[in-house]
Amino acid sequence: MISRLRSGLIGSSTLPVLTILFAILIVWYLGAIYLNSPQLQDRYKKQGVHWSYIQLAYDSWNMKRAVLPSPHQIALELKRTIIDQKVTSKRSLVYHTGVTLSSTLLGFVMGTLLGILLAIGIVYVTTLDLSLMPWIIASQTIPILALAPMIIVVLGAIGITGLLPKSLISMYLCFFPVTVGVVKGLRSPQPMLLDLLETYNANKIKVFWHLRLPVAAPYLFASLKVAMALSLVGAIVAELPAGAQAGLGSRLLSGSYYGQTNLIWAALVCAALTSAVLVAVVGFFQRLVCRYLAGGQEAV
Amino acid sequence: MNSIAILPETAVQVQQLVLKFNTNDGPVVALDGIDLTIEQGEFVSLIGPSGCGKTTLVRVLADLEKPTTGTVLVNGVAPEQARLQQSYGYVFQSPALLPWRTVKDNVILPLEIMGYPKFRQRELADKYLALVYLDEFKGKYPWQLSGGMQQRVSIARALSVEPQLLFMDEPFGALDEITRDHLNEQLRQLWRNTSKTVVFVTHSIPEAVFLSSRIVVMSPRPGRIIDIIDCDLPVDRSIDIRESQQFLEISHRVRQGLKAGHSYNDQSA
Repeated sequence: MISRLRSGLIGSSTLPVLTILFAILIVWYLGAIYLNSPQLQDRYKKQGVHWSYIQLAYDSWNMKRAVLPSPHQIALELKRTIIDQKVTSKRSLVYHTGVTLSSTLLGFVMGTLLGILLAIGIVYVTTLDLSLMPWIIASQTIPILALAPMIIVVLGAIGITGLLPKSLISMYLCFFPVTVGVVKGLRSPQPMLLDLLETYNANKIKVFWHLRLPVAAPYLFASLKVAMALSLVGAIVAELPAGAQAGLGSRLLSGSYYGQTNLIWAALVCAALTSAVLVAVVGFFQRLVCRYLAGGQEAV
Repeated sequence: MNSIAILPETAVQVQQLVLKFNTNDGPVVALDGIDLTIEQGEFVSLIGPSGCGKTTLVRVLADLEKPTTGTVLVNGVAPEQARLQQSYGYVFQSPALLPWRTVKDNVILPLEIMGYPKFRQRELADKYLALVYLDEFKGKYPWQLSGGMQQRVSIARALSVEPQLLFMDEPFGALDEITRDHLNEQLRQLWRNTSKTVVFVTHSIPEAVFLSSRIVVMSPRPGRIIDIIDCDLPVDRSIDIRESQQFLEISHRVRQGLKAGHSYNDQSA
């Protein structure tokens, strides 16, 4: 049975993943009792009701404005905001996810391009290697939460609003892993292969296309997975300070204003699922490219 | 054959070559006072223990290392000139094939980089893959081939630009002995049929004696030539010649040379 599962469409990781999911759900429900029961016990005391532990558990799983809402409450919230709403409605999480997704993807594309260009510069120009790298590393030590509002405000002051400022913050986060990965990748060809092309008197551009770029591609894709996740984080963070009207970040913010923990968690689940899907898409292309580069041999 | 007529008679001419590497422990003399002349059409093996500079010497000829002092001529011109004119093919210690290219596309690589027309690329690749008996494997990828076959692809790739000179740096060093014997016979055949000049680096005495028309014995630290042996076995050789008296005599002389190199080294140390 297990071997059939392994060879089937479901893939070999399904069972372990489901096991972990089950464990998380158990811990979550226990956590909900632990975090929500102090409030409930206070309430019971004020109202002078007798309570049992079963009652306490039941109430803590179905509390309004719980400290930690239980999974089924979040599921209901997701149903209310995804299935029961029109996609175009401002109450629909699909709409908000779409807003965040568009700036995530734009930022990801810009960040990837910037990252690759910087990497090429660093590998081919010694001066850039010495001068740029410290700045690139320094740029990542500034907390994005401190930087994001300033970028939004400054760009807003010169009339740039909407998608672009948010994408810039995504770009700021995701160019870094791309640069680091691609620099390492472009420098990874075997010396013997570089000598081989040297004997053909191949110029730098030919060495780049025939050798450095293909050899760097696996490194690029490993970086792109990280960059994709960071890009989504960047987009959400960018929606927090400006009091954005739409996007998952604005949902998180309004959820915390009104103590709507369900809403916060629903937005978080959407963010996590979006991130998982995006990273999986990158992973799909990674597999295609790596298989091509290995001459059709399935990469391990 | 016409192209050979306009070539200078000497394929390689090296005079008073010295090469020093700068390392953290100060300069290391890799090659010292090398004098060597190789005529067109010769098969010359460089033999010696590791660190004797035999690979470095071939790299100098191929313009992959610059000599510190001395003159080097390859086909009558400086090595850099020779490299720019594509007058040599280089076979490395490992096949150095690009895994994402098929066998044929790997052979085409130098032709593509040098801008040969497409039909000519295919023509030459087919010709030289046939010469190393790999026409049936054109469409395969390197990982689908054995180590010996991969090295044959890299030989076809070196030949594809039709150079008069072939530099081979321990090309069969990583292969098992049976494959190695087989490829030695094939290489000997190929050399006979193409009349190319081959400079062959090895640390195997039987390989050197079987393949060569001359053997250059080198000693380490600093890399020097200590003996040059004419290998005047019959031109038609099969691998069985290794049991002949003449073969054993030449092998003995090579071994004596290598030993002398070592004792020299011990005395100086």
